[in-house]
Amino acid sequence: MTVKIGIPRGLWFYDYFPLWKTFYEELGAEVVLSNPTNKNLLDQGVKNTVDEACLPVKIFNGHVIDLKDRVDYIFVPKMMSVYEKEYICPKFCGLPEMVRHSVANLPPLIDTEINFNRSRKHIWKTVYEFGSYVTKNPFKIYRAYQQALLAYQDYKDKISQGMLPIDGFITPEGKQLKPKVKPNKKIALLGHTYHLYDSTGSMNIIKKLQDYGVEILIPEMINLKVINEKASTLEKKMFWSYGRKVLGTALYLKENKEIDGAIYVSAFGCGIDSVVEDLFERWTRKEGDIPFLLITVDEHTGEAGVNTRLEAFIDMIDWRNRDEGNLPAHG
Amino acid sequence: MKVTFPHMGNQFIATKVLLDELDVDTVLPPECSKDTLEIGTKYSPESICLPLKINIGNYIESIRQGADTILISGSCGPCRFGYYSILQKEILQELGHDLDFILLDPPQGDYKKFFSRVCKLANTKNPIKIISALAKGTRILYQVDALDEIAYYKRPRQRKIGEVDFYLDKFHKEVRGVKGFQAVSELIAETRQSLLNIEEDPTKEVIKVGIVGEIYTIIEPFVNLNVERKLGEMGVQLDKSLKVSRWLTEHLYLHPLGLSMEKEIVKEAKPYMKTMIGGHARETIGYSVKYAKEGYDGIIQIYPFTCMPEIVAQSILPTIEKDFDIPYLCFIVDELTGDAGYTTRLEAFVDLLRRRREMKQNEKLLSGY
Repeated sequence: MTVKIGIPRGLWFYDYFPLWKTFYEELGAEVVLSNPTNKNLLDQGVKNTVDEACLPVKIFNGHVIDLKDRVDYIFVPKMMSVYEKEYICPKFCGLPEMVRHSVANLPPLIDTEINFNRSRKHIWKTVYEFGSYVTKNPFKIYRAYQQALLAYQDYKDKISQGMLPIDGFITPEGKQLKPKVKPNKKIALLGHTYHLYDSTGSMNIIKKLQDYGVEILIPEMINLKVINEKASTLEKKMFWSYGRKVLGTALYLKENKEIDGAIYVSAFGCGIDSVVEDLFERWTRKEGDIPFLLITVDEHTGEAGVNTRLEAFIDMIDWRNRDEGNLPAHG
Repeated sequence: MKVTFPHMGNQFIATKVLLDELDVDTVLPPECSKDTLEIGTKYSPESICLPLKINIGNYIESIRQGADTILISGSCGPCRFGYYSILQKEILQELGHDLDFILLDPPQGDYKKFFSRVCKLANTKNPIKIISALAKGTRILYQVDALDEIAYYKRPRQRKIGEVDFYLDKFHKEVRGVKGFQAVSELIAETRQSLLNIEEDPTKEVIKVGIVGEIYTIIEPFVNLNVERKLGEMGVQLDKSLKVSRWLTEHLYLHPLGLSMEKEIVKEAKPYMKTMIGGHARETIGYSVKYAKEGYDGIIQIYPFTCMPEIVAQSILPTIEKDFDIPYLCFIVDELTGDAGYTTRLEAFVDLLRRRREMKQNEKLLSGY
């Protein structure tokens, strides 16, 4: 009988799912994904999480509940750190514990620790541990891992070309290139991947912007080398991988000015955003003179309010482009 | 150079002694007050945690008194405290204050930079002078923490309510005017003696509560709305999971050597949390288990709104509550926390603990052993 492994469609899912999915499928397990986020799933999540947790964590718990009765294992790795001397949000580090103590009657969790804070040397041991839930054969695991890496690389390439994995489904080629309206402005869209690509959590912001005729720039589309270079000029090393990416992007955008505006989508109560968003805003809006919009969402956010704000922001950019000659006042 | 630093409970006494011993000119920030909080809230990002807001308030109040250099410590993640320094610098710069920041981070391999910062602060390269000042500061830190310990014991037992805090308030006022290790040490000894001499009422029934949570909020009395005094006067003897003295020893002296005093706590927390996740989540869990095993009557967790590690701990604590049959109360503080609601919840919790204890005693009486 094949092992059924459930992967919740939340948090790190949008960064890594082809990697994990291919890995387990190559090993011969059956991978079950939870349903895309919907109202019912969100409500379940909200009910079963501490009030203070952020929306993405609540959604994640909803996905776990969605999966728990139909799989043998639920995949909830303990993500501590994916780069050297960097961390992920403390809630990611404690995610398996949080899930275990919030949701009752769970199947066993695959909660292997991923920690490359000291070094990446033991990466193989980590991979083996993940594989050992299905097979004990190291060769098979190695081969599956290589396949998974290929799939992951392919996924990253697609995203950098602007094919965004909304709800985990990569937009088919060409669709992104031909939106309803011909894009006439470019806006940088910042935010955690689990926010932007979740159409319920982000209230479909990507699609809305595209329909308004906006070309979207996300940090993944900028050359990683450029971001890393910019981020290394920071006075103190940013120890969150996500934060480093965003701050590097901020510094890049400040100098390049290739965008007409920036929109930052943040979850209410997100600790990382409270620091990163503030610095991003300081550097792009105040120093870089780029229009900036912050949208904070939680489980109560009304879609109409967000629509109004988006429309106003886009109108403002249009006026700015039309009326504001970038000529100095004194000729 | 006029150095200032943020408040955190009694830490200012030790930091002042340290800087006095190094002959550094210091500006002691005024005690945290509503004004401090208001200033801080005005200039800080909206969703940042409370400690940063209070820090900013402290700085600006000190700047008004002429401070031009700020001394802070830091960390390297994953809690956002590690990026406080950068954010604070940006905020103050925007307000037009061009200040020097002296950052005492864990060195992370770069010892040269670390020592150059220490030398910059101390204005001397004489290691003996620096080490002796550091030792004196640490000793003061232990002495004031011991003073608090006595206060925790005496408060619920004092015959005249308020006597303990009479001496403590007096101490806090006087210590601001006293300079140097010798004088401060003497003042502490004097206060200690007066505290020990306070008359006890042996008939008082004392219950025990353990306080766990985020270090800043459980230590700074302004932020936790003076929880130790409130509880003490309700007849509760308390113990806090974290103390500045312990934190300093752990992080400054033991951690670089790979040692730890917290092995026991880590072990207690293990069944609930396998690894550290930043902040003090693991300590919160470990100490809760420890308090439960030591027969405390209840546990109170206090943390600032949006604190990431404590949210993880909060979702685990109800399991501990069930496993050990110990009542647990969670307090989340931010700039909008009201005193009255807070006091009501504390009173209700203490009532519950008393009732539970009574019931347990009666049970024993009735079952005949």
